[in-house]
Amino acid sequence: MRPERRGPPIRFERREAAPPLLAALAPLVAVVAALGLAAIPLALAGAPILDAYALILKGSLGSAFAIGETLSRATPLVLTGLAVAIAFRARLWNIGAEGQLYLGALAAVAVGSGFFPLDTWPPWTACAVVLLASAFAGGLFMLGPAWLRLRFGVDEVVTTLLLNFVALLFVGMMLEGPMQDPMSLGWPQSAPLLEAAELPRLFARSRVHWGLPLALALALALWFVLRGSVFGFEVRATGEAPAAARFAGIRTGRVLLGVAFLSGGLAGLAGAVEVAGLKGYLTLDLSPGYGYAGIVVATLARLNPLGVVLAAVFVAAVFVGADSMGRALDVSSYTANLIVALSLLCMLLAGLLVRLRPVR
Amino acid sequence: MDLLDILLQTGFWVAAFRIATPLVFGTLGELLCERAGVLNLGIEGIMTAGAMTGWLAVHMGADLWTGVALAAFTGLLLGSLHGVLTIPLGLSQHVAGIGITLLATSTTYFAYRVILPDATSPPRIAPFPPVDWPWLKAVPGIGPVLAGQTALTFLAFALVPVLVWLLYRTPLGLAVRTVGENPIAAEAQGLHVHALRMGAVLAGSALMGVGGAFLTLSAFNAFFFEMVNGRGWICIALVVFGGWNPAKALLGALLFGAFDAFQVRLQQAVGGAIPYQVFLMLPYLLSIVALVLVSRRASYPQALMRPFIRGRR
Repeated sequence: MRPERRGPPIRFERREAAPPLLAALAPLVAVVAALGLAAIPLALAGAPILDAYALILKGSLGSAFAIGETLSRATPLVLTGLAVAIAFRARLWNIGAEGQLYLGALAAVAVGSGFFPLDTWPPWTACAVVLLASAFAGGLFMLGPAWLRLRFGVDEVVTTLLLNFVALLFVGMMLEGPMQDPMSLGWPQSAPLLEAAELPRLFARSRVHWGLPLALALALALWFVLRGSVFGFEVRATGEAPAAARFAGIRTGRVLLGVAFLSGGLAGLAGAVEVAGLKGYLTLDLSPGYGYAGIVVATLARLNPLGVVLAAVFVAAVFVGADSMGRALDVSSYTANLIVALSLLCMLLAGLLVRLRPVR
Repeated sequence: MDLLDILLQTGFWVAAFRIATPLVFGTLGELLCERAGVLNLGIEGIMTAGAMTGWLAVHMGADLWTGVALAAFTGLLLGSLHGVLTIPLGLSQHVAGIGITLLATSTTYFAYRVILPDATSPPRIAPFPPVDWPWLKAVPGIGPVLAGQTALTFLAFALVPVLVWLLYRTPLGLAVRTVGENPIAAEAQGLHVHALRMGAVLAGSALMGVGGAFLTLSAFNAFFFEMVNGRGWICIALVVFGGWNPAKALLGALLFGAFDAFQVRLQQAVGGAIPYQVFLMLPYLLSIVALVLVSRRASYPQALMRPFIRGRR
């Protein structure tokens, strides 16, 4: 005998995991919903909606040049997206990718703009040194909050958020002090990287540089590591069932420190590729929030390293497309941030929807 | 020693109370959310949105208190979004909170640019004046300091005993604390867990909105981009520092305000010998140090960040 039930005729229950196909569809649904919702503020701002979206599409993917811009913008986003994805997989809430990115960039110009005679070194070693320095700096910077959590139980969300401000101030201090370019006329700007340390362009007439293949290779590598290596298994176990992981003999503390270093390092690399591949020197407006956007990228990708690539291209397309749409229609360029923020919230909802199952 | 002289200046203490006020609003708001079991990382964005809407209302001709009310309402709206996502739907409070902050911040900046497309310098308003009551000024010591504050500061400080009374002396407060500690027990008592959490998040978010509005309507007289500048995150640290107790949180906010005011004066005293960024870093670093100091005895609400779904343990 089943007890009488009140309530709506169709009820839903949650299941542990969504079927793979539905789960793969969730980001698409979220993105479409976010674009739909963003139409409301655009309409209120007086922009013609359809034209605006057509311009975003055209500006981001409509020509070879536009695609190049989108891909070069996607490069740091892949890296910050990976940084957040690996951390969140282990339930290490690294919200500090923005600060780690800046410290990575600072390390890159510190070693790459004349400290070593990189011009005389064999080809590619200069690049490698710069990139490793940035990854090391970003990784070290994330070890602090991770250690504070393990040692004192201090929540890493708050510490990483606060350290973003510290990092930016520190970079500002260096750029106005010891690391300021003497030729910059008092502007807070670093000396340019030596030519040997710059990441070469991939194609003529496009700003896509070797940072993109590097980011893609790292995404692939991280995917393999998470899927098929002992460390990857430990990371997932630490995130999903820390108590069980400890019983199984996994040293979750060490795993978390490893993840922290890896995560911070990836975010630091994002800073280095921006400097070495695109800008050539470091200023305080290097990143328009790539670190925070990494959270959106990772969430849209459902923390899957290969998904991160697709999500990064989407977010980059929104940024590049909304920039050119904003110029054409004279609408604030904050449209991009708006769409990206909406995508995050819609993805959160879509992730829930695909886990619902109707019950009779 | 002139550094100690700073501590005796009225201007220093006026500044300390002024710096503490938005933190008191924000900290009380976050405390209320967390006591009910919800971590609200939307605080930074809610404060930004509150700062903008409160200022905009006054800029468009409303009076100051209408601006404050509108800022509170903005907080309420954003809080309801956070509440729906994290309470009945039980989604990740981390991601939802960051999402709300990103959404609120970008919407605020977008709206500012749309409404004031060609404002090169931010338009100014007439902010809350200092209360300047003569009888208060006559009180030795603390009198001139308090008389230099605006009505919103008094509101913030008055809210502390109200919240203490509410949380510790009323059935409603007991219920709120119960859903934050043990929602299953609360449910068994016949309490409506979701409604209580929702109420706490709405009220808390409204307070955060007012905290933001204090910046534009009292501390400054205009809206600047990035003016909240991490104050929301500092509030989250202050809640932990204050052990989820409104009175201790107030003390923390005042200590922080005093430190920040001291840091500014120290900066002037030192001149250019130490880069100014070092001083600007100190508040953030101090917040982290404070978190480490209290970490041993921090007793988080037991159900913080645990969504409650009926019929599920």
